[in-house]
Amino acid sequence: MAEREQIKRTSPRPSEEVNEAAPSVSEAGGKLKSDLDDLLDEIDEVLETNAEDFVKSYIQKGGQ
Amino acid sequence: MAVPKVIGIETEFGIMVRGTDDWNPVSASSVIINAYVGAATGSLGERSRTVAWDFIDETPGADARESASLEFAMPPEVETHLVNAVLTNGARYYVDHAHPELSTPECRDALSVVIFDRAAEMIAVDSMDRARELLPAGQEIILYKDNSDRKGNAYGCHENYLLDRSLPFGQIIQAATLHFVTRQVFTGSGKVGSELPDTQIDYQLTQRAEHFEEEVGLETTLKRPIVNTRDEPHADSARYRRLHVIAGDANMSQVATFLKVGTSAVVFAMLEDHAFDRLPTFLDPVQAMHQVSHDLSLRGPLRLSDGTTATAIELQADILEQARAWADRYGFESVGGDRVGMMILDRWEQVLIGLERNPMDVAGQVDWVAKLRLLDGFRERHDIGWDDSRLRALDLQYHDLRPEKSLAARAGLETIVDEDDARRGRTEPPTDTRAYFRGRCLAKYPNNVVAANWDSMVFDTGSEPLRRVPMLEPLRGSVQHVGALIDSSDTVKELLEKLGA
Repeated sequence: MAEREQIKRTSPRPSEEVNEAAPSVSEAGGKLKSDLDDLLDEIDEVLETNAEDFVKSYIQKGGQ
Repeated sequence: MAVPKVIGIETEFGIMVRGTDDWNPVSASSVIINAYVGAATGSLGERSRTVAWDFIDETPGADARESASLEFAMPPEVETHLVNAVLTNGARYYVDHAHPELSTPECRDALSVVIFDRAAEMIAVDSMDRARELLPAGQEIILYKDNSDRKGNAYGCHENYLLDRSLPFGQIIQAATLHFVTRQVFTGSGKVGSELPDTQIDYQLTQRAEHFEEEVGLETTLKRPIVNTRDEPHADSARYRRLHVIAGDANMSQVATFLKVGTSAVVFAMLEDHAFDRLPTFLDPVQAMHQVSHDLSLRGPLRLSDGTTATAIELQADILEQARAWADRYGFESVGGDRVGMMILDRWEQVLIGLERNPMDVAGQVDWVAKLRLLDGFRERHDIGWDDSRLRALDLQYHDLRPEKSLAARAGLETIVDEDDARRGRTEPPTDTRAYFRGRCLAKYPNNVVAANWDSMVFDTGSEPLRRVPMLEPLRGSVQHVGALIDSSDTVKELLEKLGA
């Protein structure tokens, strides 16, 4: 089960990893957050209006 | 030695018409395909518009289980095909039941599948654009690459793998069930809510899992089985089997599509090479399939037949470990060579490690995670609960294929194939399978092709009886075999003479 062990080994141990990688993680986290904010702005723009009717009318019968 | 894992996928698109209440999915699907085929062949001869798919060898009711009981041997509902076109990239584009469906050409490896799957998305976009020109102002046909209307109706993204006929079907069932249940952690496209009665759930990994009710069977439209037994090889049936897989989701993520077909090809190659030392079985495979899909923690123990338990990620990691040992011994030839083979195993490991550590690490690779990131962000921003219909709209629109509306296209998914390669893949076939022969002949001699099928073509040379060319070996008919012959033949008659057909 080397692979399982490997996966367990690579699981973060909170105390060590946070200290070592703190600056880059928070930097990356900040970038991700702003990416997500931009993305959510865009979703607000393109999301189908009248969501309830849109979702209700999506009916797909006769598939495999 | 494992036989080459020739692969193809078939995608049934969800379809909707906006701007009118008076429409039906069968005619809308026909409009979509005719719009594309009409425009694509507009400059070619009349015959090319009517190249027929040839059903003479199709037997979707044949069952792979040699000892099938009468109860199991009942053929499923016979497929009703309406519009049916063969494309110059070797693909088939047709109306299946009430959906437009596109079957990719036969591909030699998982990366080639991703190119032709991306090409299929582009063909769908072209089809919508051309249909828009034909429809009254204000009307629009929209295609979705998903698998469920979230109201109990599912439609498929089927995979096909070339297998050695001598492999006992019981072994296929065992390996396929293990892999299909557990691979859901990276193949799931994500779905808001549940379609099962009395099941309250906010979000789940897959679109398809809840539509599976049986372990093994011939059906594809009701009581769907995890392992489908349709035995229709579309190749030399003494040597090959085509495993028809109905258990996966359609993916928007290229990495997910790559891993879905790549890891499965590896699993079946390993089986043919007798490379599994451990192949655990589930106490209740159908329950396990639903459980994996419903478990966002990825930590739930699955009950195995030997009385122990394991998580889906642990079981996947164990398959991967055995795959590494298999590759050391047998190499990657059967799955398309070293480059693709190593890419499959490395990507597989990265995704499993990411899922184990923090699923958000693979939001650029795994659809259900990418979609969950959008849903969580949207919920937080608008301070809404999971029952808000805007979340269901977002769920659906993730799969909208219109570039100006697609949320998947905005979700930051990693791409692994070149857009130009995919664009070329709309009209040019793969060079390394028999799809090359099919596609090239259709492009070069459109007026002489009477009918085409996966494993044969029928030509009219003008002066003689119709000539059928069998193509029972999926790797014959590649550029290496027939490229120069086609290049040097001005007429189909000349080509057939050179082929000795």
